[in-house]
Amino acid sequence: MSEIKLKINGEERAVDVSSDMPLLWALRDKLNMTGTKYSCGIGQCGACTVLVNGTPMRACITPAASIAGMDITTIEGLDSEGEHPVQQAWHKVDVPQCGYCQGGQILTAVSLIERNSNPTDADIDAAHSGNICRCGTYHRIRKAVKLAAALKRGDA
Amino acid sequence: MKTQDNINRRAFLKVSALASGAFMIGVSYRSTAYGKPHEGEKTWEPNLYVRIDPDESITIVSKNPEGGQGIKTAMPMIVAECLEVDWNNVTVEQANLDDRYGRQVAGGSRGTPDGWDDLRIAGTGAMVMLRNAAAEKWGVSPNECSAANGAIHHKKSKRTLTYGKLTTLATKQSVPDAKSLKLKSRPEEFKILGKRIPGVDNKKIFTGTLGYGCDTRLDGMVYAVFEKCPSFGGRVKSANTEQLKGFPGVVDAFVVDGTDDLKGLMPGVAIVAETWWEAQSARKQLQVDWETIQSDSTASYQRQAEALSKEPGKTLGSVGNVDKAFDKAHKVLEAQYYYPFVSHANMEPQNCTAFLHPSGKMELWAPTQNPKSGRGLISKTLGISEDRIHVNMTRLGGGFGRRLTSDFMVEAAWIASKLDRPVQLQWTREDDMQHDFYRPAAWHNLKAAIDKDGKMTAWENHFVTFGNNGRTTSGANLSPKHYPSGLTPNFRLRQSMIPLKVPTGPWRSPGHSAYCFAFQSFMDEIALAGGRDPLEFRLDLLKQRYGETDFNTERAAGTLKLATKNANWGRKMGPNQGQGLAFHFDHGAYVAFVAEVTAQPSGQFKVDQVYAAADAGPVLNRSGADNQVEGGFIDALSTSFLEISFTNGATDQSNFSNYNLLRMNQAPSISVDYVQSDYSPTGLGEPPIAPATPAVTNALFAASGKRVRSMPLGKEGLYI
Repeated sequence: MSEIKLKINGEERAVDVSSDMPLLWALRDKLNMTGTKYSCGIGQCGACTVLVNGTPMRACITPAASIAGMDITTIEGLDSEGEHPVQQAWHKVDVPQCGYCQGGQILTAVSLIERNSNPTDADIDAAHSGNICRCGTYHRIRKAVKLAAALKRGDA
Repeated sequence: MKTQDNINRRAFLKVSALASGAFMIGVSYRSTAYGKPHEGEKTWEPNLYVRIDPDESITIVSKNPEGGQGIKTAMPMIVAECLEVDWNNVTVEQANLDDRYGRQVAGGSRGTPDGWDDLRIAGTGAMVMLRNAAAEKWGVSPNECSAANGAIHHKKSKRTLTYGKLTTLATKQSVPDAKSLKLKSRPEEFKILGKRIPGVDNKKIFTGTLGYGCDTRLDGMVYAVFEKCPSFGGRVKSANTEQLKGFPGVVDAFVVDGTDDLKGLMPGVAIVAETWWEAQSARKQLQVDWETIQSDSTASYQRQAEALSKEPGKTLGSVGNVDKAFDKAHKVLEAQYYYPFVSHANMEPQNCTAFLHPSGKMELWAPTQNPKSGRGLISKTLGISEDRIHVNMTRLGGGFGRRLTSDFMVEAAWIASKLDRPVQLQWTREDDMQHDFYRPAAWHNLKAAIDKDGKMTAWENHFVTFGNNGRTTSGANLSPKHYPSGLTPNFRLRQSMIPLKVPTGPWRSPGHSAYCFAFQSFMDEIALAGGRDPLEFRLDLLKQRYGETDFNTERAAGTLKLATKNANWGRKMGPNQGQGLAFHFDHGAYVAFVAEVTAQPSGQFKVDQVYAAADAGPVLNRSGADNQVEGGFIDALSTSFLEISFTNGATDQSNFSNYNLLRMNQAPSISVDYVQSDYSPTGLGEPPIAPATPAVTNALFAASGKRVRSMPLGKEGLYI
């Protein structure tokens, strides 16, 4: 075990972890930040998606120690009032069913519309194909991503 | 206060004053109204759904587990509608397990039909008492007063009193007879119902602050993993638990002897640590010597099914003379349909948090569809009386029937009973997939007779399923009253059972979600063999009666007509394109789908567009209802590519790498429409599943000429 410093949602957090502890468990069990979800543990489903320097990463297979000092954004760090364009769009379209995958979906969308101000269906499908939704909200996610991009552009 | 004198009513209202001056009103269910009072209580307690505070805040309690079916939004909408309050002022509270609520289950799509009357009574009764309170205060007739937007209005004198100002006086009003209440029932009367209302937990979901079962965090809590024998039912002979106790973070490691109940506490090894990762890391060094008790395999099931298919089986139901009808037939069609075992694969793997308080009270935080059943199992297994077991109901990261079984709850409780700290048992994805209660596989040997006009004169199904000791296993039964029973002059259902040692259970729309594929596909085969249009053939079949049917044929026809109208059924399609149709009835609702696909000669296909039509009575929450229909279709399409298989009594698949759910790029666009019939509303969590797969496979036939009679579709050379 050794202490590392993680920069999470703009805040520096000291955490004592083994060298192989994935970020997911450092967040959930060490810092009690439970917005990032465990589902597959092997980087297949995207429920644990966080942004590292703005890029979606799978927290379940990323050792916490390997990203010490980098900018980590979790779902808790987006907008605590739900006013980020992606959060607003997700609400307007009423995307969730069980909601368990949605934190990962939302962060994936945040990253996508940062890079691409007007994503097509194909762009959205490509960005989200690593994020499984067992309830089948894909159809709504597509719609919500487009709305979020429009909100961000200021034309919705 | 009149509280006890109308006990014979179906439901009754009861009022109790709160210290705050607010009042609470609730509805009792038949089960509790006529049953024994909850132990420890001296009088009947009302079931509490509504709370109105003097500061005008309105709280509505949702009693059933929420796992994505939208019940926590739709049911309080019913109360708010009848209470005449502004939905934006409503706060919804999740109930915990409390016997005063009666049934608290997410299953059987029953939340809506069960709640419809009682919640309307709860809301309307409260509104009437508030109206009477205002009338009394003003000295006018209640008939001159009306309720709207959380206030009572007296038009003549232009006076208004908000609910928050009427609470004290309302508690003194006599309770109206439930039968005297005028309950809203039709869409034209609704202000809130029928609208698109976003989920009440959305904001918490979008900010990562919503607590699922696995998000429970308690002071001093430790984390556990539990290793069971990969081969179902296996027992622990020995394990290196002493060695594991020395691993970093490990708090304890011990063998659980368990029971023989596959749905209960199975034998295994528990490892408890300060963090889950440490428990799981220690588990990688775990060595267990298992004593296995069975070696079931998919290959063996297949061989047995082939042999049984040649035998007559047991006749479960017979109408007319099937054999004679086949002899006289113009054409006889025969086909075997097969579908494999599948897993629930909830996104949130099974977990439960438990704490045995020093007082002896067992407290649980459980993402369960069936909290009462979990409490019963824990009581039985651990010998703790039910009144000492408290279940906090968290949101579920998906249910689909998996969480109707309480194995994960009893495991957590057992582990907690060995510790003096709260413990969270968190299964891995692998545990979840390999210790599920699978939807059972089955073979349908179907045979139909048609006359020279293309009319179906006989239908026979030899259903080869799974069962032990003369009974089908959970989720593996088929009723002889089921479609097309009652619609054909000659009908016979025969059944054979393969014994099995792996656990099965309800999987979203149990039975229906599987066999509808066989029936609606074979219906297409029959229609086309007789030179008839699949829609016209199905509608025609619904017009004739040869005995009872277990569904309303007009409602079924209504959904078929609407879906096909919206899809412009029968229009000319492009090259490699086709339309497919299927419908089904289950859990009180009717759903028809038209799927349009483009199929390449390579086997690759795409579902271009889907048209859905549902009749579940009046739609309560349009957004939630659409979500269930859209999600149901995608769930079914996803599942049509999946398979769980067994070798040496253990599950072969382990994670999304070899049980790969549908991805966004494979998901179609779905448009949803409704027949808003006059019937009472029913749930939509299950009905959209069954007809989805055959709509797709029928479309594939129309597009490519390839008839799909077996799943998973990948083994048929199809991919998406």
